[in-house]
Amino acid sequence: MSNIKSVWKKMTGYRLFLPIFCLIIVLIINLIKTPAFFQITIKNGILYGYIIDIINRSSELIILAVGMTMVVAASGGTDISVGAVSALSGAVCVYALVGSINASAYRIPYFAALLLAALTGILCGAWNGFLVAKLKIQPMVATLIFFTAGRGIAQVLTQGFILYVRVDQFKYLGNSIPGVPLPTPVFLALSVVVVTAFVLKKTALGLYIQTVGINARAARLVGLNSSFIQFLSYSFCGLCAGIAGMIITSRVYSIDANNAGLNLELDAILAVAIGGNSLGGGKFSLTGSVIGAITIQALTTSLYAMKVTADQLPVYKAVVVIIIVALQSPELRRMYKNIRNKGAGKVTGKRAAE
Amino acid sequence: MKLKHFKLDSNTFLLFITVALFILMYGVGILVFQDKNFGNLQVFLNLFISNAGLIVASVGMTMVLITGGIDISIGSVVAMTCMLLAWMMEKKDIGAIPAILIVFLIGVILGSVQGWLIAYLNIQPFIVTLAGMFFARGMTAVISTDMITIKNETFLAMAHAKMYLPFGGTVNRKGILVQPYIYPSVIIGLFVLLLIYLVLKYTKFGRSIYAVGGNGQSALLMGLNVKRIKLKVYIVNGFLASLAGFVFCLNTSGGFVEQAKGFEMEAIASSVIGGTLLTGGVGNVIGSLFGVLIKGTIETFITFQGTLSSWWTKIVIAALLCFFIVLQSIFVAAKGKLRGKKG
Repeated sequence: MSNIKSVWKKMTGYRLFLPIFCLIIVLIINLIKTPAFFQITIKNGILYGYIIDIINRSSELIILAVGMTMVVAASGGTDISVGAVSALSGAVCVYALVGSINASAYRIPYFAALLLAALTGILCGAWNGFLVAKLKIQPMVATLIFFTAGRGIAQVLTQGFILYVRVDQFKYLGNSIPGVPLPTPVFLALSVVVVTAFVLKKTALGLYIQTVGINARAARLVGLNSSFIQFLSYSFCGLCAGIAGMIITSRVYSIDANNAGLNLELDAILAVAIGGNSLGGGKFSLTGSVIGAITIQALTTSLYAMKVTADQLPVYKAVVVIIIVALQSPELRRMYKNIRNKGAGKVTGKRAAE
Repeated sequence: MKLKHFKLDSNTFLLFITVALFILMYGVGILVFQDKNFGNLQVFLNLFISNAGLIVASVGMTMVLITGGIDISIGSVVAMTCMLLAWMMEKKDIGAIPAILIVFLIGVILGSVQGWLIAYLNIQPFIVTLAGMFFARGMTAVISTDMITIKNETFLAMAHAKMYLPFGGTVNRKGILVQPYIYPSVIIGLFVLLLIYLVLKYTKFGRSIYAVGGNGQSALLMGLNVKRIKLKVYIVNGFLASLAGFVFCLNTSGGFVEQAKGFEMEAIASSVIGGTLLTGGVGNVIGSLFGVLIKGTIETFITFQGTLSSWWTKIVIAALLCFFIVLQSIFVAAKGKLRGKKG
């Protein structure tokens, strides 16, 4: 009995327990509501099914959440411009490729356009990083600039039209390459996560980021270049936004500057918070953020599966988010503990009286 | 005598720059669009008429920002308020006055729930109000996904009651004297602004908001009930958000799901341009008013110019925002150095 208790305690004490627990609950509810949820079918050599859909659709979110985790960990603030930067990168990519509404061939090589999109992301991120790290502006205000202007600049590039790319190769990145059973974004997300985790684990960078996030001044005093590390994390977040932008554009092989990646920044921040990371900076868990991103997408997909319309979706999302975040709140745990202690106190009091 | 007490510290200086910039922009507008009557008093009053809701919202936002928090739910709350008003009056035959009171009540409830989560459970304001934003926007869609136009006579009478000013009239082409006018929404906006200005400046509650935002720990040690003050601020903000929704609705006379998207960011941008710091403890509602007016002036420019597209508004506002925050950071840095020397 005590053995089970200690295992249980160990499990609940584990940092990622709650995020994983939440994900499992979402999946179990699905299993009850939609029995076909875990079915996977193969059509034309491509896998189909709700689970595949969740993994596929959450790719952009995972990539953004990875970038966001770095930003949150290093600066204790959030980058609210990632959605707009994704739209801008997508617009740059498409503009460089076709340039007008009725083009059917590339103007420049495909990979050059991808590089340009990535570069746009990095530049936007670097600008944010400069404002936050060098000028010491609160992250949210600094990124508010691109949040406001990003889509505007993208609109100027596309002249307010929705630009289409009518070349099959362009669809590969966001859908699937013929002959490969899984969608391409999954591989992209996986590689971003693996590369980031590898760099963070194998070099001291992960430790540096934590140190800077916990106390930037102290980190400076022990000889770390705090502002450079913050700058780096913002640039990396920009790069992630750029990659996400490419996937988003490629998914629908067009760019709609008004709607591409809309509200994605909010989901990304949410993913970080649901993953058990403190938005105050410092310690972080990349795995937590990835699980958070998958949880959000699982929630979205399962609500769609339960015939909830897209407009009404946010209500359920809000309720679930508040429950998850409140569960993780240390204050609530303390309140619960206080109540239990009072109860326990009564019991021990009785025993003492006996 | 009063001038002696007037110190040009960084806060008043930032406010001064905001006001100066507004006057400059307006002056340029008068010169550039001379032939289109930019200098008319009515054009100036239109700034207030079309932005009355934003004034109310940014006053509430400024209060929240001063405590060091943030509220990104107000845009959705505005949309929900408009939709609720329209739905109650058109589909449920509830009178205008009860409907308005109900939406105020809902605003207060929403504000208190958010405030409780933020103050007593210590969850980040961003996440809580993000959930509030999702909730309110989703509820708008739950109420109705179609656009509802308000036809209630009492409400429309309130919306279209022109109040003529006794001065500043202009003679139009037909030789008839046209008096400039405002709508009741402007009165509400300015009244809220004045009220909150006085509360922040002269009441115990107002001063403790600054104390909580400046340094929560010190405020706690001073004996202030930090949690309750935060809760109160969010309740007031929730009420102001629904009031902003009502005022917004007076202008649009209808509700639909996509209404007031990005409204919260406009309010935050206005506050920041007006000199409020997001770290808390510093801010002024008068500055926020000028932030709103600057945004309105840019929009008027673009309408008068005629050929520019509306997304230029966003780019210009972003550029201005950039200018202001860089300026702010320079001041904060200078202040820090000064303090270091003193110490």
